[in-house]
Amino acid sequence: MSETVAPLAAPPSSGAIRRAKRRSDRARAWRAFGLTLPLLGFLLVFFLLPIADMLRLAVANDELARAMPAAATALRGWDGEGLPPEEVARTLAGEMRAAYEARTLADVAKRLNNDNPGYRSMLMATGRKLPDAPPDDALGALAAIDDAWNNPALWQAFRRAAAPWTDLYVLQSLDLERGPDGAIQARPEGQAVYRIILWRTFEISLLVTLACLVLAYPLAYKLAHLDEGTANLLMILVLLPFWTSLLVRSAAWIVLLQREGPINGFLQSIGLIDAPLALVFNRTGVLIAMTHVLLPFMVLPLYAVMRGIPKSHVRAALSLGSTPFTAFRRVFLPQTLPGIGAGALLVFILAIGYYITPALVGGADDQMLAYFVAFFTLQTVNWGMAAALASVLLVAVTALYFLYARVVGIDRIGVGG
Amino acid sequence: MALPSHAEPIDKVYYYGFRFVCTLIFIFLIAPIFVIIPLSFNAEPYFTFSTGMLHFDPAAYSTRWYQDFWNNKEWIHSLQNSFIIAIASTILATTLGTIAALGLSRPHMPFRGLIMGLLISPMIVPLIISAAAMFFFYSSIGLSQTYAGIILAHTALGIPFVVITVTATLSSFDQSLVRAAQNMGADMRTTFFKVILPLITPGVISGALFAFITSFDEVVVVLFLSSFEQRTVPRQMWSGIREEISPTILAVATILIAISVVLLVVVELLRRRSVRIRGIRE
Repeated sequence: MSETVAPLAAPPSSGAIRRAKRRSDRARAWRAFGLTLPLLGFLLVFFLLPIADMLRLAVANDELARAMPAAATALRGWDGEGLPPEEVARTLAGEMRAAYEARTLADVAKRLNNDNPGYRSMLMATGRKLPDAPPDDALGALAAIDDAWNNPALWQAFRRAAAPWTDLYVLQSLDLERGPDGAIQARPEGQAVYRIILWRTFEISLLVTLACLVLAYPLAYKLAHLDEGTANLLMILVLLPFWTSLLVRSAAWIVLLQREGPINGFLQSIGLIDAPLALVFNRTGVLIAMTHVLLPFMVLPLYAVMRGIPKSHVRAALSLGSTPFTAFRRVFLPQTLPGIGAGALLVFILAIGYYITPALVGGADDQMLAYFVAFFTLQTVNWGMAAALASVLLVAVTALYFLYARVVGIDRIGVGG
Repeated sequence: MALPSHAEPIDKVYYYGFRFVCTLIFIFLIAPIFVIIPLSFNAEPYFTFSTGMLHFDPAAYSTRWYQDFWNNKEWIHSLQNSFIIAIASTILATTLGTIAALGLSRPHMPFRGLIMGLLISPMIVPLIISAAAMFFFYSSIGLSQTYAGIILAHTALGIPFVVITVTATLSSFDQSLVRAAQNMGADMRTTFFKVILPLITPGVISGALFAFITSFDEVVVVLFLSSFEQRTVPRQMWSGIREEISPTILAVATILIAISVVLLVVVELLRRRSVRIRGIRE
């Protein structure tokens, strides 16, 4: 940081001073930037690159090209009308048999199965039954093994799998698909599940945000109107859940809300209910637990804003003859709007990505988008679909985050502070 | 906001009503965490307060679930894993994060907003996305199902907390102290270790504690990246809750709550100390 000032023989011209200043500023900027480089490098390799790679996986389409390169090239050259020419079919049949022997056909079968469930077993059976030497009449030989090979739809699926990229997963995650003519169309009613999940994710997040606002507003109001010492003490009570493991809080709610749990026990003992209520492993449980988990994120920005509002404003309104309610509505409430906006956006952004709490306290019909990302990654190993759903979520969060940055300012994103 | 002596009855109703509502909300916020603490000392394997417990009969309480935890090899192994991973990732995140924060709070830092945005992005990207992305990528470079993989992932997740806390501390740092030190002949090294570091230490420790608790409580990434060998306490709890929730889980939960309380108190004390030694608020 030390500035070395060269001994000057003659007073320098103002241009020389400006140049020297610019040079020194540039050097300082580089030094400051240099300090952030190790961390930037670390995050680039271990965080940002994985995210970028995941976005690539959502459109990656290299299974066929890797297992059956010649067939992939041949299919790319075909115009996609009706059945392909004999040479294409022969290349494909030959390589398919080889891929079956090399045990790489399973990847191709899985890729085509993602396009149309049911192809996997048919393709594996075809691989098994094909002769080692490519047959003279490949189209006929394939059709003799399974009738599906007579259907142009299968060949078109192969042609789509041969392309360098695919929009299959992204379209599927929005309940869309490519029709026989290649145009984008809605998926049939029975297979359209993701819009329901997207809507459910949105609905739960919105309800949780509203519940948090309703509970946090009076709490923050009370805290803001207490003397500093008491408020700080009570603030620790708000921060404690914030510091407690998500898992602990979810487990606590399961214990509290279950049929034989303390809440049902208490309600029954005071005679309010006869039979235990179903409070957990359903939507009620998810809403209660998520509201509890996210409540501190709403309280903190509201409290920060309310602390900054001079008490004299409401007093002035009251002394000018306003009723307490009008004073609140016209004077206090408008000044807390930035806090409401910040808290609501923050809670909503956090809620739409939630996985743990709904997975533990929810039922099968309460799972949100994040659950299906985990499901496709860990259970069905359909990475394309997992990556596409995660990308949809990432786009939504990024959009909301930019909104947040506009409303609140990027510097204010803190540890809830 | 005490009630004035001339308050009308309607004001009183409103005042006490509001206080009652606020108390209820506080109970909602805090009660779940505290209800499970006594239940973890239940002598019976149930999740309700037995009559004996309500009458404070000592026989109704026991530490059997804590002994269960302590004598269970899997739990102890996961506890060791949790500490190894959390400590290693905290050291990494704190070192990298503090150095970067020093750069970020220099007045000449170029592209500050953009770089700050990148550095805190692990906090903004939903965990499930980070976890899935890390799983795909780390699998392809042989880091999944290794300690190194989980430590690196947790380091990335802890970094934003360190960067935010330390830059906040540095923003109220009086730069003239640095000039004063240099005026009196201190070199860069001496200035850093004798002037800057002692003043920002509370912030650095707070950031480190945030990073520690982030790793110690984290389950989503561990769910994706760990094999049985690298199971942490939250991962073990996750299985326990999903399969069959047992009172041992409540004992573990109580231990985790105790750790959280200790860390929270330390952070609060550090905050007060840093306010005191500099005479300014953060």
